[in-house]
Amino acid sequence: MSKTMNKIVKFLTTAALATTLASGITLAAGGGNKLAKDIDFSFEGIFGKYDRAQLQRGYLVYKEVCAACHSMRLVSFRNLSQPGGPEFSEEQVKAIAAGFEVTDGPNEDGEMFQRPAVPADRFPSPFANVEAATSANGGAYPPDLSLVTKSREGWHFPWYVSPFIKLVKGGGGAEYVYSLLIGYEDPPHGEEKEGLHYNPYFSTQWLAMPNPLNEDAVEYADGTKASVDQMARDVSAFMAWASEPKMEERKRTGFFIMIYLGILSVLMFLVKKKIWRDLH
Amino acid sequence: MSGHSSYEFSNPVVKWLDSRLPIVTMVKAQAMDFPTPKNLNYWWTFGGILATMLVIQLITGIVLVMHYTPHVDMAFDSVEHIRRDVNYGNIIQKLHANGASFFFIAVYIHMFRGLYYGSYKAPREVLWMIGVAIFLAMMATGFMGYVLPWGQMSFWGAKVITNLFSAIPFFGEAIVTWLWGGFSVDNATLQRFFSLHYLLPFVLCALVFLHVWALHVSGNGNPVGVEVKSGQDTVSFHPYYTMKDLFAILVFLLFLFGFVFFSPDYLGHPINYVEANPLVTPAHIVPEWYYLPFYAILRSIPDKLLGVVAMFASILILFILPWLDTSKVRSATYRPRYRQLFWILVVVCLGLGVCGAQPAEGGWVIASRILTAWYFLHFLVFLPLLGLFETPKPLPSSISESVLAKQAAKSTAAAQPAE
Repeated sequence: MSKTMNKIVKFLTTAALATTLASGITLAAGGGNKLAKDIDFSFEGIFGKYDRAQLQRGYLVYKEVCAACHSMRLVSFRNLSQPGGPEFSEEQVKAIAAGFEVTDGPNEDGEMFQRPAVPADRFPSPFANVEAATSANGGAYPPDLSLVTKSREGWHFPWYVSPFIKLVKGGGGAEYVYSLLIGYEDPPHGEEKEGLHYNPYFSTQWLAMPNPLNEDAVEYADGTKASVDQMARDVSAFMAWASEPKMEERKRTGFFIMIYLGILSVLMFLVKKKIWRDLH
Repeated sequence: MSGHSSYEFSNPVVKWLDSRLPIVTMVKAQAMDFPTPKNLNYWWTFGGILATMLVIQLITGIVLVMHYTPHVDMAFDSVEHIRRDVNYGNIIQKLHANGASFFFIAVYIHMFRGLYYGSYKAPREVLWMIGVAIFLAMMATGFMGYVLPWGQMSFWGAKVITNLFSAIPFFGEAIVTWLWGGFSVDNATLQRFFSLHYLLPFVLCALVFLHVWALHVSGNGNPVGVEVKSGQDTVSFHPYYTMKDLFAILVFLLFLFGFVFFSPDYLGHPINYVEANPLVTPAHIVPEWYYLPFYAILRSIPDKLLGVVAMFASILILFILPWLDTSKVRSATYRPRYRQLFWILVVVCLGLGVCGAQPAEGGWVIASRILTAWYFLHFLVFLPLLGLFETPKPLPSSISESVLAKQAAKSTAAAQPAE
């Protein structure tokens, strides 16, 4: 079933690409950026689940690399131990949280004070506010990553195939994050832009963020080799979870509801048939 | 809604109640024994489906309000709080958002069914007009509801659509300021949209009550389009149609839940997962899919005021449809030319929807203009003239005759040996 689906989608994608190339229309409605690489993430499809080990590795990359500039203000430490996520143990989460300082208060004297974070706290943001973040990053605000894989799309197709492809493949938000992270390259014709870096996957091809990932930028606890590709995969999976932390619960509930409703509608059909049979 | 009790009840409490307020009599007469043509097809189940959708939207909406905060600084985060922290909030929120889309899918099918089978013709003009009012109320409710999550498309959609009123000569700017509750789309706008989004569904309920009332005065139309002549033509609403509607509702819910649980963001815009920012305009501002045909009509006309007029006229024209269609024959089954025009209109509306999603440039503008012109020609020229020139096919003398003829055709086909 899913194999035939994949074949149909592949056919549609190829046909779409062929026709658009032939007619010379720019692919991306957003401005001519490259289509994201289609990664087979574990969380795709009706039964897809997050890969716990991958999310734990992804969290490490996020914490060591991304969190230096980007906030993830909607996610709390406690989420890290919730079912359907990275599923760190509660002890691990307490230890992770304790590694951060957060501002609390006011206390009895009316003073704000610093204290170690607890699991109930949100991830602290690296900058006090949007203005501070913008100013510290050369005038470009590093966007909050809480919803990044849902607010970005990895691919655009012509209108006559797009609805069908996206129904099966989704918007490609996690693929976009992955592709952006591995996509830095030398600009064509040696062109240079002050304070900007060339990346064909970005909507305007030039972005303020320099290439964030280098080989062995982090050391994985499970011994996985921290190649750029591996880190990009892991951190984009982690961001997909951060954007949609209740996905597994939703799919599981949905599965049972569909079975229940399916059986009920068959029974209802038989009831209807029986009632109407006597009439004619 | 009849006056006095015509039933005998054996239960003394029911009897006591019914003689003082004949509510049991009314339910029995209107919801159970109500004589309904026996030849209704599955296109007629969308009334029941729509009632179900209204209830789903009300229940999910009332629960969402328990956790939502209508304030520009908190609205976006409160919706995320519902999705992340509230028990089953993720599912309730997605059911409400996708429910709106499926509400519109059902209402469009319901309306096109009315167009195909001439459901708007005498004596059902008022029934139809209340239906158009319901559609308008739905559009207003859906539009204001989409603003509440306060994402980028919420904000900019609200800005673009409310700005349309600035096209009104002399008072335009004043009206827009009045709608916004200030000089820009801001907290006052969000709060009043929230208030109205909560109010309008109850207005919708009242309109639905009138719609059903009017339906129960004239009785259901039917696919053949000849009126009920005798008891032979009808069956009681319960159990025949209650059970058939229930089956259809369940199948419809299967589709809805398929989206809610397995592709919940398919019908929305990714950019609405970015919090509203008055300083950053999104590359493409498009309304929700169910407004796209009207958006295409709006943009097809170069003059802003005329565009707004055309957009509203494309809906308001439906109010006078019963008098624009001059044919006495209701069902398109017996109107061969009208049937062709009907299907062309379906394609035109879908085409307008496609145009509405595209940037207003080049071929898309030309296509929207042609389709808009056809839309208005259909209602204002083709329909009035067609009734005068078209020769309808002979109508069956009654509903039961057409049902019997159909069965006879079926059994002769079955009796013939396979070739």
